[in-house]
Amino acid sequence: MTAKTSITEVVDPVPGADAPHLPPGRGQDLVQLLTPEGDRVEHPDYSLDIGDEELRGLYRDMALVRRWDVEATALQRQGELGIWASLLGQEAAQIGAGRAMAADDMAFPTYREHGVAWARGVDPLHVISLFRGVDNGGWDPVATRFNLYTVVIGAQCLHGTGYAMGVQRDGAEQAVLAFLGDGATSQGEVNEAMIWAASFSAPVVFFCQNNQYAISVPLERQSRVPLYQRAAGFGFPGVRVDGNDVLAVLAVTRAALAAAREGQGPTFIEAFTYRMGAHTTSDDPSRYRLASELEEWKLRDPIARLKAHLSRSGAADAAFFDAVEAEADELAVRIRRGTVEMPDPAPTSMFDHVYAEQTPPLAAQRAEFVDYHASFEGSRA
Amino acid sequence: MTTEVLTIGKALNLGLRKAMEDDAKVVLMGEDIGKLGGVFRITDGLQKDFGEARVVDTPLAEAGILGTAVGLAMRGYRPVCEIQFDGFVFPAYNQIVTQVAKMHARSRGMLSMPIVIRIPFGGGIGAVEHHSESPEAYFAHTAGLKVVAVSNPVDAYWGIQQAIAAPDPIVFLEPKRRYWEKAEVDLDATPDPLFASRVVRGGDDVTVLAYGPMVKTALQAAEAAAEEGRSLEVVDLRTVSPLDLDPVFASVRRTGRCVVVHEAPTSLGLGAEIAARITETCFHSLEAPVLRVGGYDTPYPPSKLEEDYLPDLDRVLDAVDRSLEF
Repeated sequence: MTAKTSITEVVDPVPGADAPHLPPGRGQDLVQLLTPEGDRVEHPDYSLDIGDEELRGLYRDMALVRRWDVEATALQRQGELGIWASLLGQEAAQIGAGRAMAADDMAFPTYREHGVAWARGVDPLHVISLFRGVDNGGWDPVATRFNLYTVVIGAQCLHGTGYAMGVQRDGAEQAVLAFLGDGATSQGEVNEAMIWAASFSAPVVFFCQNNQYAISVPLERQSRVPLYQRAAGFGFPGVRVDGNDVLAVLAVTRAALAAAREGQGPTFIEAFTYRMGAHTTSDDPSRYRLASELEEWKLRDPIARLKAHLSRSGAADAAFFDAVEAEADELAVRIRRGTVEMPDPAPTSMFDHVYAEQTPPLAAQRAEFVDYHASFEGSRA
Repeated sequence: MTTEVLTIGKALNLGLRKAMEDDAKVVLMGEDIGKLGGVFRITDGLQKDFGEARVVDTPLAEAGILGTAVGLAMRGYRPVCEIQFDGFVFPAYNQIVTQVAKMHARSRGMLSMPIVIRIPFGGGIGAVEHHSESPEAYFAHTAGLKVVAVSNPVDAYWGIQQAIAAPDPIVFLEPKRRYWEKAEVDLDATPDPLFASRVVRGGDDVTVLAYGPMVKTALQAAEAAAEEGRSLEVVDLRTVSPLDLDPVFASVRRTGRCVVVHEAPTSLGLGAEIAARITETCFHSLEAPVLRVGGYDTPYPPSKLEEDYLPDLDRVLDAVDRSLEF
């Protein structure tokens, strides 16, 4: 007896995509407002009224975040960071989403949302400190309205949904943006979050950056349908947007957040993009993806396309691009200096916030730790 | 003084009602807790009086209950999550261990998780698989969680209110086979602290430690032992994490002997940690090694065998004999 199909057979490309890891053409359920060549195009459902200053701001955001990312990767290679999760290639998805948020909306990131962090005003060094092993994220999640990074895949989608249920109970006009990746869509908790969000019509938008790979495993192992189509099964809208088009991401996310604030419930956004770098600095993508695929995506670079548009439309001149370049250089210097000069945490600090109300046994363990270290000359404790 | 004779179940119900009256941010979440009032009726009538926004019949997914509770807590709410049965907590285990327990430390104190996870625990009700377990050690081993186990209506009434008011996440274990046990509860009393053990019967020969459903078993054993002229001191631990062992140390220094009783599997259970603590602290007072009476290191068996699995009066007395003979 032979199996109908071999379990090692390569599965078909995800239906609806022209190629498994390349975006479908315009008009094929892909919202696009800026072509890869930098031409402004219209979409029947999503318009964007945006001035030159805001356009230049988006460019500046993306360029600075990319420089931060490049610097962090270099710092990891030089042993200053334990690991770094690069956002290279995903700048438009993250800046578009981050800038779509209103000041009092709340974000629930994964561990790669450095661009969203930037848009929320988080100091890059407060993100770097996590990857240096100084803390688990140095920013204030309440003041920035940007939660701390969540490393367990998909867990934050439930947190965002619960937070949105709180927003509902408070009668507040706020929305929640919960981030996830393509791999996370396979997690039970992510599916539970969507069920909860739908059942309670919670004001939460699920923003999925489909960067085509969950470390090494391609999208087609996670889903037999395009991800945005999953939303229909949960009972709310799903939209696929060109994740390398910052204008389209901005327009689609703004609309979804507005709908959530107005009580229309959740939306699932699939930002179709590509992770140009490795999953993290510990990864080697040459083992699982083709160089030709990377070359294809280089032609769709999110920053280059906005630069082309700005130049061609006259919204920015060479002086502007030079100024951003100079600012990026300064940022890189600040990040480098801030990283290498970052002090280690006090050893006793690991005991200090385990509980809001410290327990006597843990206080005793802390005291033992202090006594033990005090018995050595030159102890830090 | 207002006193009422209450079952543990009713005491929990009244305690939850009081907590909801005291703080509008208290939200109950769980499966079947609304119209039905929970499979054990612990939340009976609460949805009718407080509405569907505060007593939430959730979709059937335990990770969802705990994960959304995290978000609600971040928003300033105080979620009280009911896990229908002990063995059903494991789908939520990821959220409890990786998120609920760690959020306060992760955020260096900026985010609190005042979440209560109510779990009817333990065996003895003739149930099918997954309805009779004692998972406390998993949670006690997790930094960031606190774990308490009530044994009587007084602690049930006050303990649930104290747990809800506390700023840290608390696994609140309810002895399901004792839900119908009654006692007089003084509703105007000043309650004992939540995280404190209590000597519930004085004695001189052997110290017996228990919590939750095994407190009654330990007291029955003490009663039987008394008829044979043996005086057992029984301590209701009440809090499993943090442990409050100072009263235990004081007792063991007098008796020199100690037996720890719990339904959970013996190996690497709470008894192991308690035995180590007592040995470290009271070594020179001990006349015998600390002995453990617990469930066996098997899955909880089919109910026709649960009487063989669960510690009972005779197994406690057997351990007492072995301790005294040492």
